[in-house]
Amino acid sequence: MVKISFRTDRCKGCGLCVTACPKKLLAMDSEKINAQGHHPATITDASACVGCASCALICPDCVITIIKE
Amino acid sequence: MAVVFERPHALTDVPMHYCPGCGHGIIHRLVAEAIDSLGIEGKTIGVASVGCSVFSYNYFNTDMVQAAHGRAPAVATGVKRANPENVVFTYQGDGDLAAIGTAETVHAAARGENITIIFVNNAIYGMTGGQMAPTSLPGQITQTSPYGRDVNTVGYPVKVSEMLSQLDGAAYIERVAINNTKNIRAAAKAIKKAFTYQTEGKGFTLIEVVSTCPTNWGLTPEKAMGWLEENMLPYYPLGVYKDKYADKN
Ligand SMILES: Cc1ncc(C[n+]2csc(CCOP(=O)(O)OP(=O)(O)O)c2C)c(N)n1
Ligand code: SF4
Ligand code: SF4
Ligand code: SF4
Repeated sequence: MVKISFRTDRCKGCGLCVTACPKKLLAMDSEKINAQGHHPATITDASACVGCASCALICPDCVITIIKE
Repeated sequence: MAVVFERPHALTDVPMHYCPGCGHGIIHRLVAEAIDSLGIEGKTIGVASVGCSVFSYNYFNTDMVQAAHGRAPAVATGVKRANPENVVFTYQGDGDLAAIGTAETVHAAARGENITIIFVNNAIYGMTGGQMAPTSLPGQITQTSPYGRDVNTVGYPVKVSEMLSQLDGAAYIERVAINNTKNIRAAAKAIKKAFTYQTEGKGFTLIEVVSTCPTNWGLTPEKAMGWLEENMLPYYPLGVYKDKYADKN
């Protein structure tokens, strides 16, 4: 099982991870605002994540961690 | 449990000051990953340059020196010659390396100094507010070329990798980019190879990373990646420009 987690306080809302996910699973959470004032990235369907790490590779701020169990 | 991706240890655990979506963050991580995978964190010394990435001295978990504008390759030369057992790299923007620091860069390469230069080409002066850089493209609109870079008055962009590859002192020169995950993986490989060459005493290595400055390009991070691909890559083709040891690997 793939476990993806976001260090939301570090997210700058740049949206690059959203563009990189081949499964189109990521989105900006317009309901939340982090301490830096950004809408952070979030995953819409964590169970569909294949753990390819494309999102983490393109993230400039090391927000995303991916673990396979 | 296997970690597929986590923050590399060679990056300090502090938030970076870079603008949202700036390529510097990705490139810092790739350098840190190379340092981690070669197990050289304790013996690596970085030289920060002047530009947005001046604060790289806060972000790399290695010893760091900060050089005056453009002088990083000269400082790195001294550090490496005094401490040949250490791994020494510079991290420089295009305003730093290809304008005020051209002499230091060219001569460090010509001398074949056993150092690694990470050269970030974002076609603009980022820190000072988006002035034209030597690497700005023909026709590119910047704060100091509001009608587009006119090559008849200010000349043509400097192609650093092509230029330095002509010098016998250069061991390995490659141009990579960070506009998509495929290119990011290739960039990671090139940076690791440059550090590996240095640990093997093979000489001068430089990786030119074609990057973005969404803020001063006036584009969203996503559109900046597209602009890089459409405009920069045709002018700055990716690839290995020099590898003295290509046959012997
Ligand atoms: C001797 C000197 N001249 C000029 C400056 C002003 N200055 C600061 S950063 C910079 C250019 C930085 O551009 P670049 O190297 O492309 O880095 P970026 O900010 O784009 O990452 C300049 C000209 C300075 N700090 N010192
Ligand atoms: S690991 Fe791959 S599939 Fe999962 S969210 Fe990231 S990009 Fe999408
Ligand atoms: S790439 Fe990173 S910083 Fe940018 S939105 Fe995604 S998680 Fe946030
Ligand atoms: S000004 Fe440009 S290069 Fe500097 S941090 Fe912002 S986006 Fe990055």
